Amino acid sequence: MPIWEFLQTYWPLLLNGTLITCAQFLLASVIAIACALAAGLGKLSGNWLIRGAAVIYIEIFRGTSLLVQLYWIFFVLPLFGLTLPSFIAGFLSVGLNVGSYGAEIVRGAIQSVPKGQWEAGYAISMSPAKRMRRIILPQALALMLPPWGNLLIELLKGTALVSLISVADLMFQAKQINASTFLSAQAFGTALVVYYILARFLITPFMRWLERSMARRLGRA
Amino acid sequence: MSFDWKWDFTWEILPRLLAATVNTLIAAGAGYAIAVVLGLVLALAQRTPWKPLTLIVREFVEFIRSTPLVLQIFFVFYVGPQFGIRLSPWTSGMIAIGLHYSAYLSEVYRAGIDAVPRGQWEACRAINLSTRDTYFRVIIPQALPPSIAGMGNYLVGIFKDTPMLSVIGVAELMHAANAIGAENYRFLEPYTLVGLIFLAISLPTAGLVRLFEGWVRRKMGM
Repeated sequence: MPIWEFLQTYWPLLLNGTLITCAQFLLASVIAIACALAAGLGKLSGNWLIRGAAVIYIEIFRGTSLLVQLYWIFFVLPLFGLTLPSFIAGFLSVGLNVGSYGAEIVRGAIQSVPKGQWEAGYAISMSPAKRMRRIILPQALALMLPPWGNLLIELLKGTALVSLISVADLMFQAKQINASTFLSAQAFGTALVVYYILARFLITPFMRWLERSMARRLGRA
Repeated sequence: MSFDWKWDFTWEILPRLLAATVNTLIAAGAGYAIAVVLGLVLALAQRTPWKPLTLIVREFVEFIRSTPLVLQIFFVFYVGPQFGIRLSPWTSGMIAIGLHYSAYLSEVYRAGIDAVPRGQWEACRAINLSTRDTYFRVIIPQALPPSIAGMGNYLVGIFKDTPMLSVIGVAELMHAANAIGAENYRFLEPYTLVGLIFLAISLPTAGLVRLFEGWVRRKMGM
């Protein structure tokens, strides 16, 4: 079957899948950013309890596979009395996984804000929390945006795994179409191209724009 | 299914999981070997004087890097038979994972090669070294030490991505855990053990990579 005929027949399914993938991406990003900030700041905390918790979270999620985490959250957590629908289990595990990688980016960026900035904040007797919020984090944010761009593409790719717990995302629809028609090249090929477009022509330009506007706000453009 | 952890069941399934771990390690090793070589080819292909080749390889690398590995595994496994090429799960898995990571490694090499000072290139030119000698005797040896951290990260990365091979039926760790879970209706022990086995291998490996990097840097006098 030629590719345009294939697209004419199956575009509603593929579009549906793409929308679910986008929803998974956005929700997982929110979780990932929140976890990364919490764990990144936690790892720099003076309190050993908070620091320990952050280190354990980071090492566990970075040390094992996303697929293992996904299956564990979906199949094992119910045994502890926490049953999550596959949609929620999907973006939750992707978000938690990527958040552990993001935490190292956050920590690295905060530590590379020049020492003088910390001292200046101290000199004008800002409270540590206020100094972090008003002085350090805005500058760290500008430093961490480029690596976050790469990480968000990893996150988009990670969302393809939620199809394995039957979330009806793009990958899942491609698999379904393949199973019922055996048009593997068309089904998987189209899905590959859609993922590529999302990554290269939506996420990457958006992050570039964010980097530029951040630089302007810090007066560095 | 129940919540309580059963130790006798754990001891019963552990040998089977450890046997599957060997397969996981073989898959990671073979995939990495492909990626290390192919990555170098992709990196060097972007440095030829012929511009269209550079652009094509560049776009290809970007494409591989921004699409999901699990989809690529399905693509390689299912598209072959459509054109009459039958690949075993192992072969297609190794092709997909090797190709995926070669794209990442080519970026690591590229950064390493770009970091070699200009003077080195000019010196090679001045003493009339051939292109081959320039690369293999001067540039690549110097590009390697800064690349080791990145290469090591992707070694751990490829190991952690091998569970995806279970989707096409490669009998690795995740595949074994799925089978055990389905046979016994118990998922707590197999999935938890898989997680622990991954931790037990990837954390020390990451540490060893850091040690090795320091050793190479000292050895090269950097």
